Amino acid sequence: MIKTDMLIIGAGPTGLFAVFEAGLLKMKCHLIDALPQPGGQCSEIYPKKPIYDIPGFPEVLAGDLVDNLMEQIKPFEPGFTLGERAETIEKQEDGSFIVTTNKGTSHQAPVVVIAGGLGSFEPRKPPIKGIQDYEDKGVAYIIRDPEVYRDKKVVIAGGGDSALDWSIFLADVAKEVSLVHRRKDFRGALDSVEKVEELSKIGKINLITDAEVVDLKGEGQLDAVLIRHKDEARGEELKETDHFIPLFGLSPKLGPIANWGLEIEKNAIKVDNTYDYQTNIPGIYAIGDVNTYKGKLKLILCGFHEAAIMCQSAYQKINPDKKYVMKYTTVSGVSGFDGSKKEAKREVVKSIN
Amino acid sequence: MSDIKITIIDRQGEAHTIDAPTDMNMNLMEVIRSYELAEEGTIGICGGMAMCASCQCYILNFEHMLPEKSIEEEDMLDQAFFVEDNSRLSCQIPITEDLEGLEIRIAPALE
Repeated sequence: MIKTDMLIIGAGPTGLFAVFEAGLLKMKCHLIDALPQPGGQCSEIYPKKPIYDIPGFPEVLAGDLVDNLMEQIKPFEPGFTLGERAETIEKQEDGSFIVTTNKGTSHQAPVVVIAGGLGSFEPRKPPIKGIQDYEDKGVAYIIRDPEVYRDKKVVIAGGGDSALDWSIFLADVAKEVSLVHRRKDFRGALDSVEKVEELSKIGKINLITDAEVVDLKGEGQLDAVLIRHKDEARGEELKETDHFIPLFGLSPKLGPIANWGLEIEKNAIKVDNTYDYQTNIPGIYAIGDVNTYKGKLKLILCGFHEAAIMCQSAYQKINPDKKYVMKYTTVSGVSGFDGSKKEAKREVVKSIN
Repeated sequence: MSDIKITIIDRQGEAHTIDAPTDMNMNLMEVIRSYELAEEGTIGICGGMAMCASCQCYILNFEHMLPEKSIEEEDMLDQAFFVEDNSRLSCQIPITEDLEGLEIRIAPALE
């Protein structure tokens, strides 16, 4: 069991800066993120994109901003659980929370801060009526164990790298692989496209382009998919299959957090912005792009501000008997948990005459 | 202030002819959101980075000089649903005077 003062779900810029603000108040933090590295979208999606509205930085690459934040919070020695998704939360008798990930790692803290940004990225599910009824009964959005498909009939849908790469891989595993794509053009890596064409020519992949899977058939278990061709003359065809694997990339979703009993509005967590960004569950805060309130702006800048305000309230919650007086870092410096101390040199502090 | 007229058909099929400012550095997705023509949380989820296709729309008239699709937009549309030949991501269409009289329909939302 990992124990900490403040458990932060989401290691994007807002979550990282919350570590700094918490550190100034002597609160230790641990962060959970489904991604394998800190930085959230900034690291995962647009590390090389410049950001122009971070105060004090006329221009900063998203990846560099994350590096700077990691440097800034280093003295506060945050812990990280990366590559795992926060799955469940349980309130304890002492008022603390236990958050467990999809891999079973448990964390306990008196306050939980959700800084989950757009949420976790989940497979995009095609809008086929009743598809959820076939999930794990022939339909899967992620291939975890290719052996499941040995000597089976498989239909893959999609036109990107995942669809191409898995078609190529499963061509040597499955009994039959069909790749269905809406267009003739594929947007994956050129060598993958060429390999699929090659395998199609020798009959190892059944390539079906200008077509879409529009319906699923089977009693309690998938046994066929209905494919609709763009060419009306070809119409529709029913294709027998054991598995259907739609691979249409990822889209942001709130994920399991949506089932924690938090008040959700417009796909975001509602908070009390008049005071401290606390949710409807005392002790659980939401900051950054994941929250919503009247006047909300989804800016990194606002996430930083919310982190600072939230930490004051969280400190009071953890230390109800202590009175905290806010200090400027120019006055008190920054004292890390690692024994480091940063403070202004005397000669740069002007005296008032 | 220089505005153009754009007609936007919402997800319920209702047409709205609105004034869109050309001098505020807005894109079509932002205009749709500012007029609340699609439920908040169902459009522009990624903030306009061509990452989610929640702002997909169909271009209904073609006399306008729309910007070429970027690789990112092509990639996203390739993985999106309800895609037609006239699909575009509205977040990738800046509001300029060239769009006077543009007519679009907002694509269905995903659950």
